[in-house]
Amino acid sequence: MAFLEVKNIQKSFGETKVLRGIDFTMERGEVVAIIGSSGGGKTTFLRCLNFLETPNGGTITVDGDEIFNAAVTYTDAETREKRLRFGLVFQSFNLFPQYTARENIAMPLYLRRAEALSRETGVRRLPRAQKHELQEAARAAADDLLKNVGLAEKAGLYPHQLSGGQCQRVAIARALALSPDILCFDEPTSALDPELTGEVLRVIRDLRRDGHTMIIVTHEMEFARSVADHVVFMAGGIIEEEGTPAEIFDHPTSEALRAFLHKETEF
Amino acid sequence: MSLFWEVTLALLEGFGTTCSIFGLTLVLALPLGLLISFGTMSKLAPVKAVFKTIVWIIRGVPLMLQIFVVFYVPGFVFGVPIASRFMAAIIAFVINYACYFSEIYRAGIEAIPFGQTEAGRVLGMTKGEIFFRVTLLQVVKRIIPPMGNEIITLVKDTALARVIMVVEIIKVAEKFTARAMIWPLFYTAVFYLIFVGVLTILFGKAEKKLSYFKV
Ligand SMILES: Nc1ncnc2c1ncn2[C@@H]1O[C@H](COP(=O)(O)OP(=O)(O)O)[C@@H](O)[C@H]1O
Ligand SMILES: [Mg+2]
Repeated sequence: MAFLEVKNIQKSFGETKVLRGIDFTMERGEVVAIIGSSGGGKTTFLRCLNFLETPNGGTITVDGDEIFNAAVTYTDAETREKRLRFGLVFQSFNLFPQYTARENIAMPLYLRRAEALSRETGVRRLPRAQKHELQEAARAAADDLLKNVGLAEKAGLYPHQLSGGQCQRVAIARALALSPDILCFDEPTSALDPELTGEVLRVIRDLRRDGHTMIIVTHEMEFARSVADHVVFMAGGIIEEEGTPAEIFDHPTSEALRAFLHKETEF
Repeated sequence: MSLFWEVTLALLEGFGTTCSIFGLTLVLALPLGLLISFGTMSKLAPVKAVFKTIVWIIRGVPLMLQIFVVFYVPGFVFGVPIASRFMAAIIAFVINYACYFSEIYRAGIEAIPFGQTEAGRVLGMTKGEIFFRVTLLQVVKRIIPPMGNEIITLVKDTALARVIMVVEIIKVAEKFTARAMIWPLFYTAVFYLIFVGVLTILFGKAEKKLSYFKV
């Protein structure tokens, strides 16, 4: 059984069928790029994996553990726990403006660690000293993560004091902090000025080198080709074609993919 | 000189009532307004419709009329006269200002991009954690300027309580006009100006305190 198994995921908004049955598998440590024209359902698919949308049909299994089944109704608490299998980096970063880069990472990490400790020890309200210790540990972890994305010196700055590329790197560090099994990126460079995309793509390449399992929706064809082990082409709410980068980019079979690649490489 | 002090002391007493109306209205209407704003943003269509209608009526009818309604209707219609004029005024002010505040809260909450909540969700945060650690401060920052305006308006609206004979500062000054003295009426402006001046400084400080980030 594959590490991630997505079976027949369907999602409609009212009458509009946006995902018409997505079947998808990937292995641990694999990097998958998803490409396709706008409106094809790529974002919706990532949002389903992260429980931001509830699919109308299908199942999601991670590491043999069925974390979603459309036939089952989940409580908020269950959803919260299951979604932590995945991380999501948004196109528009969505950093919290009132927190520094460090606190953007440390705050959510602290909350989850505190919750885990509460559950372990059965103590509902942790003592002050223990909370403080957890906070300091989370800040130290945040500083390490910031160092890994090349932002050690920016830890104390607020999002409005950072460039778009720096914000996105903080957002990546924030998602990594919770150690998701699979990290998803939704067009991580689309909101950036062209000269800032390089620094973000470099960080993603580093993550690949470190063995992270990632799903990357991107419009950067060169990047997709070089970073991905496997490329998925989505169109009209289905996976139209998939394969190795060489298969997809050099030997496209479907008419839709050929047309898409033609359009993408025109510029 | 003794006349000046007599007037000043009388006005101060009236100003005490003004401050009571102001303080009580604020303390009660701020939380009530938040509840009403939740009502107007409800996902349940009937709940939303009810609250939107209430806000429409309260904001659409003169506050003076609302004070009369609260004061007279319980007695005339239900045969249970309201306990005191002061209480009637407070009830009318609280309901009126809660509705205005609710619209400020709603605008403030709706202005926060939904991506903030979604980022909180994918980071495993609970609804409570997202509200208190992500949304709240951003809402507060956004609503401080309009709240400041509304609260300063409240300072001056308290004078309407005199229509049901609540003796606030203007009512006191009007009693002096019966003794052919008009200046006490103008003198009340000093009290209002000092009060509003202090509030302006406080709101300026609050705004400055939250200027370290941008929303
Ligand atoms: N919340 C929503 N309500 C209604 N329609 C939506 C919603 N989200 C996405 N869609 C529609 O679903 C389709 C796929 O969107 P999306 O997943 O964003 O595609 P992509 O990311 O590939 O551009 C689009 O036609 C879009 O208009
Ligand atoms: Mg998209």
